[in-house]
Amino acid sequence: MFVPCNRGGGSASPDFKGFTLLMPAVSVGNVGQLAIDLVISTLDMTKVGYFYTDCLVPMVGNNPYATGEENSVELSINAEVYSLPSKKLVVLQIRSPFIKNKYRPFCQALLSWVKSSKCARVVVLSSSHAYQRDDEQLLGTPLRYLLTPDLEKAVGGLMQELNWKEMEKVAAYPGINDTEKILHIPGGGITKLLFTESCSKGIQMAVLLKFCSEGDNIPDAFALVNYLNEWLQLIKSDVSSNDSTDTSSQWKIPSSWRLLFGNGLPPALF
Amino acid sequence: MATFFGEVVVAPSRAGVDDESAEEACEETPEDREIRRELEKKREVDVLWTLKSGAPAGSCAGEPFACSKFIVAIGRNAAAFLSSFILDSVCWEVVGVVKLWNEWCRTSNTTNVLPTDSFCLFYRLISDPTVLLCQCSCYVAEDQQFQWLEKVFGCMQKEGLQVTILSTCPVADYKTQESTLTLTSPFLKALKTKEFKEQVCCPLLEQPNIVRDLPAA
Repeated sequence: MFVPCNRGGGSASPDFKGFTLLMPAVSVGNVGQLAIDLVISTLDMTKVGYFYTDCLVPMVGNNPYATGEENSVELSINAEVYSLPSKKLVVLQIRSPFIKNKYRPFCQALLSWVKSSKCARVVVLSSSHAYQRDDEQLLGTPLRYLLTPDLEKAVGGLMQELNWKEMEKVAAYPGINDTEKILHIPGGGITKLLFTESCSKGIQMAVLLKFCSEGDNIPDAFALVNYLNEWLQLIKSDVSSNDSTDTSSQWKIPSSWRLLFGNGLPPALF
Repeated sequence: MATFFGEVVVAPSRAGVDDESAEEACEETPEDREIRRELEKKREVDVLWTLKSGAPAGSCAGEPFACSKFIVAIGRNAAAFLSSFILDSVCWEVVGVVKLWNEWCRTSNTTNVLPTDSFCLFYRLISDPTVLLCQCSCYVAEDQQFQWLEKVFGCMQKEGLQVTILSTCPVADYKTQESTLTLTSPFLKALKTKEFKEQVCCPLLEQPNIVRDLPAA
């Protein structure tokens, strides 16, 4: 599944032992993927490989994080892995949707790669349909987290200190039987499957998600990546600003975010 | 998309994952599994080679064959380009065909095709049998693209192989600062791997444009 890039020197597979794997779920508004783009672009991460998989729709383009002529011609495909050893961080970016019936094999292959590469923990950035919130969820923060039992032991306390809100469970049979509660993440793509599989496989996984709707999801991506930063401290917060958790201005928007909402207009229209 | 007053249009989510189908998959009965298996078999991609004259058509068995250049034309426009400017019955011979079915098209294993048919044929340059050409005017569905790729390239020696992919996209899909109305079309753009050292005959595809489907695969 994972194919390392040859970068001159050694062709050995990079070592991710003890690293944190950060990845998106393809979910409503593509918020997780946009947030991952911000992380890769801001931290100037190096591509170390890709996933050779038949589970995602194929796509290819030139380097989405290009900053100039010299680095704009490297090909980029649908599932690529970037790393920043100084922060023990490895990031997977997924750029296309799943092919029908292929999301389960992908989850299985991914989690087995997580185990074999000995990543310490996995953080999944995701989102869920805002219109499915109940009355209580409509108030307060739209950001939620989930921790597998193994990670709960390690960082559960920190989440309390950060005053984060855990994703609520919903009734399995609403209106009929309110006692049986299940986890439900509508619009979250593979988030729930990854989380439940990680619980049963003893993988340390955290899910960070935001309630949102389809539209201009750039502000949602910033909110999610700032939420992540409260925990992982990937970039320093700007101490001079009033709100010490607002780091919006310090995330670097990649060049591929140009023209997200279409081309320029023909002058003849007016 | 314009709608009339009162029409409710369900906008598909960009997430592209249908949660309901995710739940249903857990409750698959043996009959569902059987149906799914039959459908998968129907959607299988068969690559039939007739490389040695006189030998029966068959899938690639045994050693991969030598190939120095492989030109693939995907889509009706690219296939028509090859038919008009490159292919002829004197210099090129048919050496293979792909048989597949999906909701958009069906190909057959006949090599005698009309330009309006959906087909996927392989040709070899008679004067240099390591030069191969593929005309793929049929649509290869998402779930068949990887299979096509593995079965076709699985039969070739990849050492020293140069692959050229020809394809077309609508100008309306091209993302640019100006409006596409003012662009002179058609125009060429290219993508290349870092191993490709030769001169490219046209500008490279700028961000944020991408290529998808079989050419991307």
